[in-house]
Amino acid sequence: MVRRLSFDGRRRFVVSAFVVGAALLVWRAVYLQLSETDVLQGHGADRYLRTVELPAHRGTITDRHNEPLAVSTPVSSVGVIPSKLTQVRGRWPALARALGISGQELSAFVQSRLERRFVLLRRHVPPELAEEVMRLDIDGVELRQEVHRYYPAGEVTAHCVGFTDIDDNGQEGIELAYDEHLRGVSGSKRVIQDLNGHVVENVESVRAPQPGRDLALSIDKRIQYVAYRELKAAVREHQARAGSMVVLDTQTGEVLAAVNQPSYNPNNRKQLRAGYFRNRALTDTFEPGSTIKPFTIASALESGAIGVKTMIDTGPGTLRVGRHTVRDLHDYGLLDATGIISKSSNVGITKIAISLEPGQLWRMLAGLGFGAATGSGFPGEAVGRLQHYAAWRTIDNATLGFGYGLSVTALQLASAYLAFANDGMVLPVSLTRLPERHTGRRVMSRSSAQTVRGMLEAAVRQGTGALARITGYRVAGKTGTVHKLARGGGYAEDRYVSLFAGMIPASQPRLIAVTMIDEPARGEHFGGQVAAPVFARVMRDATRLLDIPPDDIAPLLPQNEQFLTRVHTADLPPVIRP
Amino acid sequence: MTRILCPLLVGLVVITSLAITLTRHQSRKLFVELQALEQRHDAMNDEWGRLQLEQATLGTHGRIEERARSALNMTMPSVTDVIIVTD
Repeated sequence: MVRRLSFDGRRRFVVSAFVVGAALLVWRAVYLQLSETDVLQGHGADRYLRTVELPAHRGTITDRHNEPLAVSTPVSSVGVIPSKLTQVRGRWPALARALGISGQELSAFVQSRLERRFVLLRRHVPPELAEEVMRLDIDGVELRQEVHRYYPAGEVTAHCVGFTDIDDNGQEGIELAYDEHLRGVSGSKRVIQDLNGHVVENVESVRAPQPGRDLALSIDKRIQYVAYRELKAAVREHQARAGSMVVLDTQTGEVLAAVNQPSYNPNNRKQLRAGYFRNRALTDTFEPGSTIKPFTIASALESGAIGVKTMIDTGPGTLRVGRHTVRDLHDYGLLDATGIISKSSNVGITKIAISLEPGQLWRMLAGLGFGAATGSGFPGEAVGRLQHYAAWRTIDNATLGFGYGLSVTALQLASAYLAFANDGMVLPVSLTRLPERHTGRRVMSRSSAQTVRGMLEAAVRQGTGALARITGYRVAGKTGTVHKLARGGGYAEDRYVSLFAGMIPASQPRLIAVTMIDEPARGEHFGGQVAAPVFARVMRDATRLLDIPPDDIAPLLPQNEQFLTRVHTADLPPVIRP
Repeated sequence: MTRILCPLLVGLVVITSLAITLTRHQSRKLFVELQALEQRHDAMNDEWGRLQLEQATLGTHGRIEERARSALNMTMPSVTDVIIVTD
């Protein structure tokens, strides 16, 4: 008899094993579906959903007539995915050749960044190069869109506008000062990507990018250009170390031009040397010398220390004050205030200055803004130095009277001359276009301001500022020639700063300009020889550009042809073009 | 009561689910359209920037002055050439 085999136990075992297995799977499925949905969906989404950053446009900087001075445009940057690029080593030489780098450089670059997902290899490439690289069609090489900042006016506006770094952050000048205003807020959006990282579909916008706001400067590009051209020519002609010029609108206090030498091209800063990017007109101070004398006279007129007709004996051309001797170029004898200004007599001004109570002159100079920030908000702007009169010695009153012992910037000097142009009122200066006129602040009486303006006119008509004359216009202004401080202390005998501060038309000034030439080295060094002609050349063009009517038309009328020819050939400086 | 309410609710569920699908689809379509328009806007903006730059480069004062003097033989009128008309 054959024993009947029973597989019951075995069958039950197998079936129950299957049941348990199936139950486990079902339980696992239910568990994943119910309690871990979010996590798992997130993991899934990570494979195809990407949040892409949307760069925001940086605002444009324009001049006062909306001519662009700094514009952002998109450019491509070449980036690589190291993990993919290593698969196609055979194509590396082609890529290196296209980008103009050696094979070793490329290989070193990629090898040192193997763990990175994506790196930018070459930033801000020209469009043609970007196209060429893409035509190579190498796996792992991609283009990224970035923005690049261009400065169409180049070196002419370089110092005022400043520049940004490669990531579009302001680094210098207005770009830095108004970075918050110009900068946009980048946005982001979610997209669906395929395996190769190409965008298949835009899903939703997370945050819309907010473009930066535009900014209009007070600069008039045309006047800025003329000033730059003439300053550059003058600095080259006199082989000077540096130079600055500031042009102000007297009615609003806006800076129409601020130029400096040496300058640089903000679009290509490879050769940039330290010091080239300093906006000297605002950041560098100098002793203003004789250009301060009109304020000393105004201060004396205000206090009643002298009258317009008071005669002062400047003979014999020297004067001892304490241990120091003040000198004039010649013995001018008896001079009234007009004579002292137009001859720029140090002895005469010293006699007036020491007759003043110390606080008097200090209040005038401090009221004009010397030793304080102009409020332009420019990064690195210097405040200059004006010591409080409590710390003065007798000689200080005298030296201050002819502009030594204090230091100013070209912009401060120009803004102080607003007082003479605006009948005693000064205005805060501005580097940006003002929506409305500021109210002024009175620093001297109307009559003192007008009287001194008349003296400044005489200084140009028949005094040291003769080369600042412009046919058809009445010009008022003051020259300055300042000894520079020597390194070992005291003043250097052979190093000068040549200055001219003037306004036009003198009957009702519209423009003020200060020209500063640092260390002219060609023999001529007087402000009247070096700085005044620059003023004349710039203002001749500026009056034409701004349609400022002549206020001295007699020499322009046909019946005065004889006089006119004489003026034209004899008195005007030869025009030197760069 | 339930006999009426049940099919009604089922019907409503069907209708709303269809409506959701529809609006979802529409919003996708509109977003794609918005994206396309934004892209066009950006492209135009870029073009505008480039044109501005080009104009500014061509209109550089130095270049105009140079062209006026050399190519067109222009000069600045001297004071003698100007006739002032007064009333």
